[in-house]
Amino acid sequence: MQPFTKLTSIAVPLDRANVDTDQIIPKQFLKRIERTGYGEFLFFDWRYKLDVPDSVTPNPEFVMNAPQYKGAEILLADKNFGCGSSREHAAWALSDYGFRAVIAPTFADIFFSNAGKNGIVLARLTDDEVSTLMQRAQTPGYEITVDLEAQTVTDAQGFKASFEIDPFRKECLLNGLDDIGLTLRHSAALDKFEAKHDNEFWSAPKTATA
Amino acid sequence: MPQTMFEKVWNNHLVASPEGEPPLIYIDLQLVHEVTSPQAFDGLRMTGRKLRRPDRHIATVDHNVPTTSAEDRLHIIDQTSAAQVNALRKNCKEFGIEFFDVQDASQGIVHMIGPELGATKPGMTIVCGDSHTSTHGAFGALAFGIGTSEVEHVMATQTLPQSKPKTFRITVDGTLPYGVTAKDIILHIIGIIGTDGATGYAVEYAGSAIRALSMEGRMTVCNMSIEAGARAGMIAPDETTFAYLMGRRFSPKGKAWDEAVAHWKSLPSDEGAVFDRELHINAAEITPTVSWGTSPGMVTSIEGKVPSPDDATNEIDRKGYERALEYMGLKAGTPIEQIAIDRVFLGSCTNGRIEDLRAAAEIVKGRHVAATVSAMVVPGSQAVKKQAEGEGLDKIFKDAGFEWREPGCSMCLGMNPDILSPGERCASTSNRNFEGRQGRGGRTHLVSPQMAAAAAIAGHFTDVRNWPNNGGKN
Repeated sequence: MQPFTKLTSIAVPLDRANVDTDQIIPKQFLKRIERTGYGEFLFFDWRYKLDVPDSVTPNPEFVMNAPQYKGAEILLADKNFGCGSSREHAAWALSDYGFRAVIAPTFADIFFSNAGKNGIVLARLTDDEVSTLMQRAQTPGYEITVDLEAQTVTDAQGFKASFEIDPFRKECLLNGLDDIGLTLRHSAALDKFEAKHDNEFWSAPKTATA
Repeated sequence: MPQTMFEKVWNNHLVASPEGEPPLIYIDLQLVHEVTSPQAFDGLRMTGRKLRRPDRHIATVDHNVPTTSAEDRLHIIDQTSAAQVNALRKNCKEFGIEFFDVQDASQGIVHMIGPELGATKPGMTIVCGDSHTSTHGAFGALAFGIGTSEVEHVMATQTLPQSKPKTFRITVDGTLPYGVTAKDIILHIIGIIGTDGATGYAVEYAGSAIRALSMEGRMTVCNMSIEAGARAGMIAPDETTFAYLMGRRFSPKGKAWDEAVAHWKSLPSDEGAVFDRELHINAAEITPTVSWGTSPGMVTSIEGKVPSPDDATNEIDRKGYERALEYMGLKAGTPIEQIAIDRVFLGSCTNGRIEDLRAAAEIVKGRHVAATVSAMVVPGSQAVKKQAEGEGLDKIFKDAGFEWREPGCSMCLGMNPDILSPGERCASTSNRNFEGRQGRGGRTHLVSPQMAAAAAIAGHFTDVRNWPNNGGKN
């Protein structure tokens, strides 16, 4: 996982609430068996015109297609971003497209976890703060800085907001740490627990006949 | 100190609580399907890690499989779907996981087969790379959906680092009115608390209306917990739970059964246990509920009308309403009963169980699907299909003009060929009415099986309470 420390980038203002993972990456693109290559399908149904099925003619009305947002690494959205399906493909698609941070008032639980495991920083700001950034991001060339170490979101016009993040998650993001490796540090505790737990037969999915 | 059911199950699975890290939780069962697992198996291979406990994994194919015929399922035309199914076959063999293939008598939607096999039991921790894993909470298990990195984590360690959710008890007391179902309870709840109303919480559903539900109904309620943002939904195990589990393939037998029941009886929340949040609902006030928009919180009563953006209480919701009305092709103020439909989908891990099919068949019996409607029944599992056929339900549906299909997720998410065309309007017993969920440009209205069946006959939404034989239970 790529470490994240500080990022300054233009930001796409996606002024929508409850953006679900079906929108982030529609189901027809979940059939691949790789982790990479999902970026071109990010927001597919909004990003491309509907008139021809599976067409790849960009929809000029979709904000991400505006030339001023080319190369953006920060996404702004309204509340409850990433709700719905558990598909990690949503995080893979955002990351593969180039987004490294999403700023919104709230995020859905499973997406929150998936994003963290893919090096994407999710910054929760207040409704008013997000709304201010959305307005400013209308101006071409406007840039936002996400500083994970300081837990702040700032811009060159004096905007400054701080966000909360679990210290463990922060450490993992800053250092690009692999979760499985971290868990395996607790192998002794796991072995001990498992030996006891295996005798608690109610915990076995496939109970042997007594 | 009195404990909630969630706390008991959580504490029984706490492997370690390291300083400065999330607690490490043991996972009793991981369910695996073709869509969210290939990258996890690849991860194990790339890092040279073993799958720690194959005996705590069960796999099947459900999301991609065609439902048209047994033959079509063995020779999947869509090459990417076929590759995913083949990858799961190969991975299960390589890593020693018990796999229920397309033609197996135990194949079905992963959330159907866990309970049917008796693998899902009270007090367990269960995960799956699918958000509707919350279904298994109906048995008093702690069950939740995870992403593929976490799937790999469980494969490698049989644990997950998890921040502890808060607790939220939703009590539904009273008697459900005639024609009102478990589906209406959960749609009603999401309508009240919103699609992020339970984010960060493990929900316990309690109260006399919940206790009166069958296991099928309880699964319907817990299934849609995720649509309110909840980490998990749980219902206390009781005699209904034990009766359902007794004699199933993976249920304990003999003396072990008695010991298991004794443990299960210790699980319900203690008298006086404190929840972080509480909500009380009167079952008598719930009506047949229909979603009108593009989020499961956008629901109203069958007696109601399509709302206006002016009804929204804030600017963000107002914009959401406007977008939803445009996408759904609906005018504010239109009575719900006047909305005509093109398609009906009866199935999914929400409502693809035997009781759902029985209830819908009651409505359909001796009637015929409207000329303007195309309707299909997709049983949730092979076991449900077989049972329904044994009861003659397939004949009732086919005589009425429904298609009778092979089991799978099907049009709930349209990963297989079962999709809506742009602009088509569907009365669906599934769980999500997101834009494009059932096919790009498709318009989904979430309803109960009875309401879907009645809409199929009438050609538009209609109040099932006014229909004779409306299968009032469930």
